Amino acid sequence: MLVDAQHINKTFLGSKVLDAVTLQIDSGDRIALMGSNGAGKTTLVRALLGFYHIDSGDLSVLGHDPVKERVEVLKHISFIPQLPPPVRLSIEELINFIGKTSDLDPRQIIKEAAKMDLDIAEHKSKPFYKLSGGMKQKLLIAIALSRQSDLLIFDEPTANLDPKGREQFYQLLSLIPEERSTLFITHRLDEIKALTNRMIYMDLGKVVEDEKI
Amino acid sequence: MKNLLQVAYLDIRESLRSKWFIVYTLVFGGLMALFFITGVSDSVVMGFTGLSRMLLIFIQVTIIILPIFILITTVKSISGDRESNVLEYMLSFPVSLKDYYWGKMLGRFVTVFLPVLLALLLGVAFGLFKGGAMPWKMVFLYTALLFSLSFLFLGLAFLLSTVLKSTDMALGASFVVWILLLGFIDIALMGLMLQGRVSDSLIVTIAMLNPIEVFRIGAISLFDPELTVIGPVAYYLLDTLGQTALMVYAFVYPIVLGLLLSLLGYIVFKKKDLL
Ligand SMILES: Nc1ncnc2c1ncn2[C@@H]1O[C@H](COP(=O)(O)OP(=O)(O)O)[C@@H](O)[C@H]1O
Ligand SMILES: [Mg+2]
Repeated sequence: MLVDAQHINKTFLGSKVLDAVTLQIDSGDRIALMGSNGAGKTTLVRALLGFYHIDSGDLSVLGHDPVKERVEVLKHISFIPQLPPPVRLSIEELINFIGKTSDLDPRQIIKEAAKMDLDIAEHKSKPFYKLSGGMKQKLLIAIALSRQSDLLIFDEPTANLDPKGREQFYQLLSLIPEERSTLFITHRLDEIKALTNRMIYMDLGKVVEDEKI
Repeated sequence: MKNLLQVAYLDIRESLRSKWFIVYTLVFGGLMALFFITGVSDSVVMGFTGLSRMLLIFIQVTIIILPIFILITTVKSISGDRESNVLEYMLSFPVSLKDYYWGKMLGRFVTVFLPVLLALLLGVAFGLFKGGAMPWKMVFLYTALLFSLSFLFLGLAFLLSTVLKSTDMALGASFVVWILLLGFIDIALMGLMLQGRVSDSLIVTIAMLNPIEVFRIGAISLFDPELTVIGPVAYYLLDTLGQTALMVYAFVYPIVLGLLLSLLGYIVFKKKDLL
């Protein structure tokens, strides 16, 4: 089991953002996580990644506590944020950082990027934030794929893309090998349906629906 | 350790390219240049040689502006990284919070300390070139004071930007602390002293707890206590503690305080939500 969450609760400023969430993620799951704005989707993901301390309940990722054993947990998860963050490191520095921390040969990332027609050598001394939107997205995905993680988490990956960008993005996603589990936070089930085998709906901090498709 | 050094190294690389670092280096380098141009370094007044006088003015100006420079740039970059989700992304890789926090601190320290140190050395080189004698004791003491001044305010900046989640709040708090240390405490002390309602030793104790005051006194501790420029509190301290004890205190106390503040920041970083 990749993720085991038992009755986890999280309160921000007096309002319950995660309300007794119970959820398991097994390997092979390709999940579309849906729900209205403010339902607690991002909070759930951030709890899995060890960013938030939950108030109560049990949460383990690959048998580890995401806060106390964040290094162990994050070795097995890749996170692709909603917006490419304005990282000021150059591409070379960024992939070296990832190589060092994730025990990965940076050339793996270059190789993965090349599959998406992104030539890193050509841009390696450019700051990440100066790349075009499409290039940033490709690089983030190349990084995630090269890390060989067991679980890939996407937080609304297409919210800021135009229709053409979205189409390209889904093409990139079809490169994700079958054996990896994925969790997409999304508002567009129709577009992502082909890539998923399970749907989870959240509302007001609760999981209200969870079905395999 | 490998990751700590990597984080520090990348932070230094990033700083060297940033606008704040250029401004920062220009300000301190420019300050020295200004002294040369205006000839502060030439004259001999009240027993100071030109070079010592220039270094004394340099350190006095630095004691005022370095803290706010360190606070603003550090708070902006650390809190800014959190607000722009750079922190979220960088911490989604398997790096321990210990390596990340202390690595950032180490990297920052190098980039805030080196430019002022270089400006100081530049001044010394210029003074020697003009034919003065090398004021070894002074250069050594001022290097030590700049070191502990940088470290203290870096620790404070790290604490403020981990405790206060928004950049604006952390910046505001930085200004308040700086102004309090800089002016308000002095004015309040003077007022109390004039009224004569509190004992002298209480006033001295309060002065000795304020790191900016400690740096001021430390910087002039090399000079003859009979000099009128020194002021009553400094005179009293020099007279009772002695020169060496005062210098050691001026170096060690801010380091200990900086260590406590940064450690407190680290505990908050570990124990509270990261985002
Ligand atoms: N760090 C935080 N501090 C305070 N409130 C937060 C924080 N993060 C999220 N919230 C609040 O928690 C609720 C759920 O947010 P979130 O998990 O981002 O929802 P979703 O991703 O489903 O849109 C929202 O009402 C949001 O304002
Ligand atoms: Mg969200």
